[in-house]
Amino acid sequence: MSLFALFFSAAIVNNFVLSQFLGICPFVGVSKKVDAAVSMGLAVTFVMTITAAVTFLINQFILIPFNLGILQTVSFILVIASLVQLVEMFIKKVSKPLYNSLGIYLPLITTNCAIMGLALFAVAKEYTFIEGIIYALGAGAGFTLALVMMAGIREELELANVPKVFKGAGITMIVAGSLALAFMGFAGMM
Amino acid sequence: MRKQTTLSKEFIKGIWESNPVLIQLLGLCPTLAVTNAAVNGLAMGMATTFVLLASSVLISLIRKLIPAQVRIASYIVIIATFVTVVDQFLAAFTPDISKALGAFIPLIVVNCLILGRQEAFSSKNNVGRSIVDGLGMGIGFTWVLVLLGSIREILGAGSIFEIAIMPETFNTWLVMILPPGAFLTLGLMIGAANWINEKRSEV
Repeated sequence: MSLFALFFSAAIVNNFVLSQFLGICPFVGVSKKVDAAVSMGLAVTFVMTITAAVTFLINQFILIPFNLGILQTVSFILVIASLVQLVEMFIKKVSKPLYNSLGIYLPLITTNCAIMGLALFAVAKEYTFIEGIIYALGAGAGFTLALVMMAGIREELELANVPKVFKGAGITMIVAGSLALAFMGFAGMM
Repeated sequence: MRKQTTLSKEFIKGIWESNPVLIQLLGLCPTLAVTNAAVNGLAMGMATTFVLLASSVLISLIRKLIPAQVRIASYIVIIATFVTVVDQFLAAFTPDISKALGAFIPLIVVNCLILGRQEAFSSKNNVGRSIVDGLGMGIGFTWVLVLLGSIREILGAGSIFEIAIMPETFNTWLVMILPPGAFLTLGLMIGAANWINEKRSEV
């Protein structure tokens, strides 16, 4: 598969949120305002890309040669947790404005299953180093797209007359269902 | 000091009052992803309950030994260990289910329900109470997954637990076992739960 097709497939056709159900928690939690959604999307894309690179190296040069496949789950989650910490400290040092806009979302990313899912899928599909990074960028772009679309819809929903019992999570799920239906239209393209 | 609630209350709260999925909206990724059939929902529910119980017991036992600064990292390592146990167990004894759930078994490690209970409950309570809490939350999680899986399987494939129950003439709603069906059904279930709670509080 060409790199472009890989990117497109991860971002649109197999959208992480709407067709693979990864990263639903931030999708529901951080999709009330468009600018927060953009920040969260960028932070996730950033961590995803680094995670893809680091987990590839760990898998290729530690887990496989020493036959330690059983430690995959433990080692990947540790890598992600420490990466998130590192990224947080790095951004804080390098760019204060970026830190202020991403700051509160960074710790949340550790338990974002989209990151862990990406690391596991990239290994399961046996992507090369470059393919893994493109896959991560695509997945991150798709996550950002889904989050921003949802935030845009929810800003409008504030004004809509939603039945009381569906306010909040209920209507969010139903809107997500319609979005997922729309994204299924891309399924034939690959 | 906060008044200690009775054990039975601690147990019941996970099943309905603060149900992890319908009320707290935790652990939504596996809830949506694996419930295209009732049996997958049951397997995921049981696997999650096991991990939740085992890590609750261990963490409540050693809660005084874990320094507060590194507690989250310690919890994650403990949870990841039990997830690996479940993963290997399912792969060895029920390869079909292990295949159907795929990456969502290792992903139990990032299920915010489990980490959430450790942080909110096991790290502050003794073993007995933690077991009751973990069991209640686990059962609350499992029944929602089984119900969601059953609704989707009945409408989407005309069967429940792989036993056909709908008449031959029934046109299956393919969309129900595809991603949009998961979002729509869960949305309606959350709405229904809110409605029931509202009715109950009126009485």
